Amino acid sequence: MALLEVNTIHTYYGAIHALKGISIQVEQGEIVTLIGANGAGKSTTLNTICGILHPHQGSILLDGEPIHGLRPHEIVARGVAQAPEGRRVFGRLNVIENLEMGAFARKDKAGIRRDMERVFTLFPRLKERAKQVAGTLSGGEQQMLAIGRALMASPRLLLLDEPSMGLAPILVEAIFDTIREINAQGTTILLVEQNALMALSVANRGYVLETGNIVLHDSASALQKNEMVRKAYLGEE
Amino acid sequence: MLYRLRRKISGTTVFMWIIGLGILAMVVVGSAQTLASGRYPSDQWLVLTIYGVAQGSVYALIALGYTMVYGILRMINFAHSEVFMSGPFIGYYVATALDEAGFLDRQPVIGLGIVLLAAMATSTTIAVLLERIAYRPLRRAPRLVPLITAIGASFFLQYTFRGLFGSGVKGYPEIDQLKGYWLIPGTQFGVLKTQGVVIVAAVIMLVGLYLFVQRTKTGKSLQAVSEDKDIAALMGIDVDRAIVITFIIGGALAGAAGVLYALLFRQVNFFMGFFPGIKAFTAAVLGGIGNVVGAMLGGLFLGIAESLFPNLVLDGLGIPAPYQLKDALAFILLVVVLIFRPTGILGERLAAKKA
Repeated sequence: MALLEVNTIHTYYGAIHALKGISIQVEQGEIVTLIGANGAGKSTTLNTICGILHPHQGSILLDGEPIHGLRPHEIVARGVAQAPEGRRVFGRLNVIENLEMGAFARKDKAGIRRDMERVFTLFPRLKERAKQVAGTLSGGEQQMLAIGRALMASPRLLLLDEPSMGLAPILVEAIFDTIREINAQGTTILLVEQNALMALSVANRGYVLETGNIVLHDSASALQKNEMVRKAYLGEE
Repeated sequence: MLYRLRRKISGTTVFMWIIGLGILAMVVVGSAQTLASGRYPSDQWLVLTIYGVAQGSVYALIALGYTMVYGILRMINFAHSEVFMSGPFIGYYVATALDEAGFLDRQPVIGLGIVLLAAMATSTTIAVLLERIAYRPLRRAPRLVPLITAIGASFFLQYTFRGLFGSGVKGYPEIDQLKGYWLIPGTQFGVLKTQGVVIVAAVIMLVGLYLFVQRTKTGKSLQAVSEDKDIAALMGIDVDRAIVITFIIGGALAGAAGVLYALLFRQVNFFMGFFPGIKAFTAAVLGGIGNVVGAMLGGLFLGIAESLFPNLVLDGLGIPAPYQLKDALAFILLVVVLIFRPTGILGERLAAKKA
């Protein structure tokens, strides 16, 4: 059984039919990426999985149990955490407080402390800035904090929405190295990216989204070689 | 450079500055003349200041309800003045019953505690019901809708209380132990016992609330929800629960403020929420709406200004019966602060934050 199973979901954004029957499967231990142009429905897919939006049709199963009727905080408690697009850290709270918020639903103090150490090991920069208010961090540091904050929920499935957005190339490399490391430590990852090249280089499999439909689904290496993908998303003529 | 300056400063801005500076000049001239005339001894200023602190701490407690609800829902809860009124109103019946049994005089501390708890419970209940019935169904509606609902709820509560309990003014029983003054050792100067109790009780609650918001996990989660509701939910925070907690805190503080208000003025009626409510709202805006510490400072500032300014400023300007203008003063202050600092004393630049 797949860890996450999204079955032909339709989601509306107001009057806009944003997702038109999307199906995705994520197996335990994988990195799966969703690539596609701006407005294809990538973030909408993640937000539907998280419960911020609700699908009109279709089902979302986590370990075989439906989660599409639950509210966001209930879905987090079942082990799905998201580092959202645009980072959206709590600007008035400091780094540690942001991380504590990530662990809000948890009661195991020892586990929380262990995960805080884990985040600080992954991102030593955050440890240096532990008491700094998040609003004053640089873009790269905020992205680290957003990922760290999501990890504090100790998720089985980590959703990453555009982690490379607005970052300098060298930071993008660093963030993707960390994504690999997080996955190697046992966290399954569903990654949404506009930077298809980077995304396919870390992922096992990929889905290509176009205006609310999945048009292509294959292993990452096959997608990297695919004519259409190369043209549309890897910037080749 | 000069061109940029001219574009930034429009005619309206200049006009507003002139109004603001004019009011400031009046304050300075008035105070100088009063102080030069030496009409009031320094003792009197101290008495007025202490009265102002007592009054201001009540404003501060009410203002917290406005500011916290605004912080979390971006909505002005205009029915908060009735949340404030309902507490001491029900508290009055408890206090009278205790007084008639003689309990209030025998055990003033426990008696007052019971009245306080009854008032806080009443106000909290009303605040939570308001949120559940009047505001929650409208959470996704345009912002004007809950605002109008709040005004409607305010009238509804006022006239419900009037219908149930009558429109007359009800006098709170006086506690014997709270009559008179506490002399400050080594001086001739005394503090009214009621004012002393009000200040001490309010400061305890203000400090308690500050620690709760800044130090506890729940308090921090309220800050997180007020910054970004969707993301807070993604952290596993139950947003609805956080909103209810906010209303509970606002209601409890308003109920407590109501009892303190009743200690100071010893009367309640169905309309009593209006002026303290609107002044506390002013205090919240003065401090920077959405900001907890700002509401506290704004409340204290407004209370002190209200008690000092009539004698200090208006008297010096030769205005007859200056104390009658006390209520107008709050709003003059509001205008001045908003001219020079539109976001309030501790407010952030909302526009800049959204960008």
